Amino acid sequence: MFTSVDDVSARLAEAGYLASRAVATTVFLADRLGKPLLVEGPAGVGKTELAKAVAEVAGARLVRLQCYEGVDESRALYEWNHAKQLLRISAGRDETWDEARTDIFSEEFLLTRPLLTAIRGDDPKVLLIDETDKADVEVEGLLLEVLSDFQVTVPELGTITATRRPFVVLTSNASRELSEALRRRCLFLHIGFPEEELERRIVRLKVPGLDETLARSVVRVVGTLRAMDLRKEPSVAETVDWAHTLLALGAESLDETVVRATLGVLLKHQDDVLKASAKLDLDAL
Amino acid sequence: MTTQAGVAERLTSLVGALRAHGVRIGTGETVDAARAVGELGLADRELLREGIAATLLHGPAQRQVFDAVFDLYFPRGVGGPEQPAAGREELRDRLADALAADDRAMLGRLAIEAVDGFGGYGSSPESDGWSSYQALERLRPQTLMARVRDTVRGQGGATGFTDRLLEDEIRRRIDAFRALVAAEARRRVAERRGRDEIARRAVAPTADRLDFLFAGQDRLAELRRTVQPLARKLATRLAARRRRAARGAIDLRRTLRGSLSTGGVPMKPVLRARRPARPELVLLCDVSGSVSGFSDFTMLLVQALHDQFSKVRVFAFVNRIDEVTGLLEHGRADPEGLGARIQAEAAVTGYHGSSDYGMALGEFAERYADAAGSRTTVFVLGDARTNRSDPNLPALRQIAERARRVHWLNPEQRSRWGTGDSVAPAYAELVEMHECRNARQLSALVARLLPV
Ligand SMILES: Nc1ncnc2c1ncn2[C@@H]1O[C@H](COP(=O)(O)OP(=O)(O)O)[C@@H](O)[C@H]1O
Ligand SMILES: [Mg+2]
Repeated sequence: MFTSVDDVSARLAEAGYLASRAVATTVFLADRLGKPLLVEGPAGVGKTELAKAVAEVAGARLVRLQCYEGVDESRALYEWNHAKQLLRISAGRDETWDEARTDIFSEEFLLTRPLLTAIRGDDPKVLLIDETDKADVEVEGLLLEVLSDFQVTVPELGTITATRRPFVVLTSNASRELSEALRRRCLFLHIGFPEEELERRIVRLKVPGLDETLARSVVRVVGTLRAMDLRKEPSVAETVDWAHTLLALGAESLDETVVRATLGVLLKHQDDVLKASAKLDLDAL
Repeated sequence: MTTQAGVAERLTSLVGALRAHGVRIGTGETVDAARAVGELGLADRELLREGIAATLLHGPAQRQVFDAVFDLYFPRGVGGPEQPAAGREELRDRLADALAADDRAMLGRLAIEAVDGFGGYGSSPESDGWSSYQALERLRPQTLMARVRDTVRGQGGATGFTDRLLEDEIRRRIDAFRALVAAEARRRVAERRGRDEIARRAVAPTADRLDFLFAGQDRLAELRRTVQPLARKLATRLAARRRRAARGAIDLRRTLRGSLSTGGVPMKPVLRARRPARPELVLLCDVSGSVSGFSDFTMLLVQALHDQFSKVRVFAFVNRIDEVTGLLEHGRADPEGLGARIQAEAAVTGYHGSSDYGMALGEFAERYADAAGSRTTVFVLGDARTNRSDPNLPALRQIAERARRVHWLNPEQRSRWGTGDSVAPAYAELVEMHECRNARQLSALVARLLPV
């Protein structure tokens, strides 16, 4: 898929994703070693975006399994279309049960869900298993099975094996520790908050109308906030939002009034707003 | 950098060193790491670092240990810098410029020169020879603050609002430089004494395996920063345990009622939703100097978990006991200052400054008898070193009889219990006592012992 680490960086950049060296290296290796990539890090640092960008540059279809509490096999793997099966049974009144059964447990009545979709067909795919930490622990067993052999057994249909393995990205906000077994299957990538220079480039890319000097100040303020030991540090997503806000307000540079008025875009807890205001001297008039 | 065969050997030693630090690495990962090296080549050391980390590590907590060990087995270079060592003032000048420009590459080179020029001591080849402490003591980068700030201002790099960010930024750059100097000194020592030994001894353990009793201030601060994420993880685990406990029982009546639509065949068992009252928690914490790091951390963790309980009360003692629940609630915004605030605002010491468990337990049983009732789980935190005063076993027995459960978490290693002035074995006969030496053990215990 890629010829070198630099090739990864260059092509992801064309797709609107600016990769750090660590990100580019790990994506390159995941492709070369054919291993799933587990991306862990705080919310809003571009984990989901990375998977989308990889799909785009690879000319692959993005198949996404969004995890949540209670997601199960029938949502992740496949389920039978009961309603349609019932219709089929009541339509064919005079056939034997055996005939009906072979028919209703066929392709036509199968609802494929992301994990199964991702291993069928010959077109290139990126399988994004997003926010894996939100799923219950039992689902990890299922993921492990699929990611080990890239095959799925549907008792009524037999075993389906991938003819072309997808590029797999799992993301996690680390709200709970994923199992050791699942981690071992994957290459591990931690995405933290970017270095100042990279974040400045992200802001410039996402908010092109923003003045260069202002973009620089924006990133510096965010960097200082992150060093304050807040309950929730502002992430890249917040930096970008803040930049959009400042642009919309027509601010040409930062001053106390505009920072005080827009701090809520960056900080979500009142405690944090108070603490940051004090440390940034926003109340001193 | 090195030949291919040399690399395989280095990789194996690197894996060995990581394992010695408790990082669990299987053969599969080692093979992957070797393949990664093959794919990435040896030309770019930072690529190699990221690639090997991605294959060997499974979580962010191991990264600090990894970086230090990687620097030893895949060093930046061998020997000293190319240029001869510069004088102290000249080096400070260049350091000031690099700090002002935030030039990372230059800071890296200066760290090497700093260790080379000012970190060496002793003259025999057997001596250790390199000290980051000494290099930093001579160079005193922290005293460059005003100068760097003025330089940046002079260049117009900090006008208007952002000027107020400048000092914090420079402070962070200086901290980063200090870390670079430390890494370089480790590398030089390793060159002399053999990597394997340094990798074993001189690389600090991950924060969660850090011994509470031996951690310095900076590492304790690092540890405190893990409180919130740790609390979040524990809260999810407790919620899961609670859900499991709440499932269980089948509600027969509702199951049968539900089965009317299926002709009386009970298809879907209806589970009784139990809504157990959330439990109450009481913490008794020794906050004397020797164990305060442990107590502070645990208090912050419990505070962060407070919405898991109907009630949390926290008491601190050295030789007198006082309630500090309120201090802790206000302390959320400023965890660093917690210890100092407790010492300043709570009555935890009487005539002398050393721990007296007997007094403290007695006072608790007497003054706060109502705090620990049949719904309360009590945690006692401390090393049970009571300076040879009366352990007051009846007081602890009385607390144990009234409370639902009492657990004692002892930050000392089990083999030391009962040595010297430790009365741990006597207390352990009355209540369950657990060894709890680091954050990893603590979170495992909390997940297991906390009532749900
Ligand atoms: N490296 C990056 N390059 C481009 N945009 C980024 C990058 N990192 C973060 N972003 C921005 O941050 C936003 C949030 O990213 P997202 O992938 O949703 O975060 P996560 O999945 O980690 O919570 C994206 O919409 C994007 O604008
Ligand atoms: Mg996401």
